[in-house]
Amino acid sequence: MNAIMVRELTRRFGRFTAVDAISVDVAAGEVFGFLGANGAGKTTAIKMLIGLLAPSSGSARVAGYDVLTQSDAVRRNIGYMSQRFSLYDDLSTRENISLYGGIYGLRDAEIRTRGDELLRHLGMEPIADALVGTLPLGWKQKLAFSVALLHRPAVVFLDEPTGGVDPVTRRQFWEMIYAAAARGTTVFVTTHYMDEAEYCDRLSIMVDGRIAAMGTPAALKAEFGVASIDEVFVRLARPATAAAGG
Amino acid sequence: MPQPTRRHALGAFVVKELRHILRDRQTLTILLLLPLAQVVLFGFAIRTDVNDIRLAVVDPAPDDATRSLRDRFTGTDRFRVVASAPSAERLEPLFRRGEVDVALVFAPGFSRALATGAAAPLQLITDASNPSTGSTMQTYASAVIAAWQRERVTRAPASGAGGPVVIDPQVRMLFNPTLESVNLFVPGLIALVLTLVSAQMTAISLSREKERGTMEILLVSPLRPWQIIVGKVAPYLLLAFANVLTALAAAWLVFAVPFRGSLVLLLASSTLYTLVGLALGTLIAARTGSQLTAMTASMMGTMLPSTLLSGMIFPIASLPLPLQLVSHVVPARWFIVVVRGIMLKGAGLAHLWQELAVLTLMLAVLMVAAIRSFKPRLA
Repeated sequence: MNAIMVRELTRRFGRFTAVDAISVDVAAGEVFGFLGANGAGKTTAIKMLIGLLAPSSGSARVAGYDVLTQSDAVRRNIGYMSQRFSLYDDLSTRENISLYGGIYGLRDAEIRTRGDELLRHLGMEPIADALVGTLPLGWKQKLAFSVALLHRPAVVFLDEPTGGVDPVTRRQFWEMIYAAAARGTTVFVTTHYMDEAEYCDRLSIMVDGRIAAMGTPAALKAEFGVASIDEVFVRLARPATAAAGG
Repeated sequence: MPQPTRRHALGAFVVKELRHILRDRQTLTILLLLPLAQVVLFGFAIRTDVNDIRLAVVDPAPDDATRSLRDRFTGTDRFRVVASAPSAERLEPLFRRGEVDVALVFAPGFSRALATGAAAPLQLITDASNPSTGSTMQTYASAVIAAWQRERVTRAPASGAGGPVVIDPQVRMLFNPTLESVNLFVPGLIALVLTLVSAQMTAISLSREKERGTMEILLVSPLRPWQIIVGKVAPYLLLAFANVLTALAAAWLVFAVPFRGSLVLLLASSTLYTLVGLALGTLIAARTGSQLTAMTASMMGTMLPSTLLSGMIFPIASLPLPLQLVSHVVPARWFIVVVRGIMLKGAGLAHLWQELAVLTLMLAVLMVAAIRSFKPRLA
């Protein structure tokens, strides 16, 4: 069974259709890149998938549950990392971990063992009691990602997780994404960095609320006869930009 | 995931909120000291009772009677004779320069009229440039004269059955016999501090989550909207309790404000009122975009009405009619009646149930509205 199944998913705001009948399937353990220019409808689509926004029509199943009728089950089985930093600056690393563990219903013992494991993995044991606000951005983002995976969700949604992070940390971040996928977690990620898009197993490019192209990076490059995803993106996004300007 | 994890989730959330509050030492210190500072400041600065009243006595023909009344005034610790004059003409410049607050003017025939039982001419002039202190001084002075009159009658019963019948307007100031304004302020201050802690702090704390983007994470998590609200609200309820007790202790220790009713009833009512404020704060945070807007909105929407339209400073009856009507939806208006009732009159549930019912109704309406506005899907 697919981890994410989206059928004709639509969201209208008044007369404006932000997401226009999109259909996507993502297999379990896949790293799926969800691309699109600003305002193409990415964020609206993600909000529907994680239960922050009700669809106008169409349906979506995440981790096997219907987003509209089984939203509680969806919430328990997904992780989410937003483009804004999602931990609390005035709490320590360990306190953030126990907060999220608690919210997701882990037992105290589980929180302790998984927390220790996480800290060891990130090499953050010595600063586990430092306030998160004092950490460099790259560390914060890696920590936020690890915390989003603490309850071992079937699907994790990452909304521009590497914004403002240096290239070395971005690389490390993608290694973490691969490791999670290798453990069977489905990763649904949006990004503005086209080099990162190349790392995805498959990706889709949204233009004006519709999915304009979808496939593996290699297939998309072959289809458009170009050397990089960046060029694919520009080909697809440019007509939309021109139309918006005119 | 098994079902019994729910309570744990709320617990983890409350712990987080407590950590936020305890970690922000500056805000916490301010919030804890606020009731103390407010009671002391209001108590000393804005009291409307008047202590050192400067008295001018105009006595064209001093005799035993006029002297004894004059002594009566100086015998109280409120009045101090600063000027004596043979005629009333000298008074105007004294009042104009603000050197005298009250003048006691005996007419030349005062003692004779008194002896024959005719109306004894005596004039009391008060500087009423501040109407509130003016009427207070007038009341004090009248009380002194009335006491003096009473004493004369009881001392001279020998004047016989045909003697003058002195009507004794025995004025008793119920519940607040010495007219201490601080007694009236303290209940209002408790309401004010609770409004600040509950409505404003929740509004700020919730909108901070929204602004920083952590609210999104909470809404995506298995936490339910009511759990988020309860988790936010619970720690502030504790803080509110501490504040009520501090305000009461300060009022009692510094100003000897009486406490005649049930402390349990007061704390229960304060809890109710705090919950109303917390629901209001939640609603404000849900409807506003940023911390700054939430702060301004809660200031305008809760603090100002709680100060001005609640009867704390200005009596409701003296407000213009439209504002009197508006005051009905101000929670502090009802709460202050309750606190004054409990503290000063020793009133119980039997007398205060209407006000408490109004507050309960407000709480129900606001709670429903607050939880509704937090439903993420409405976005």
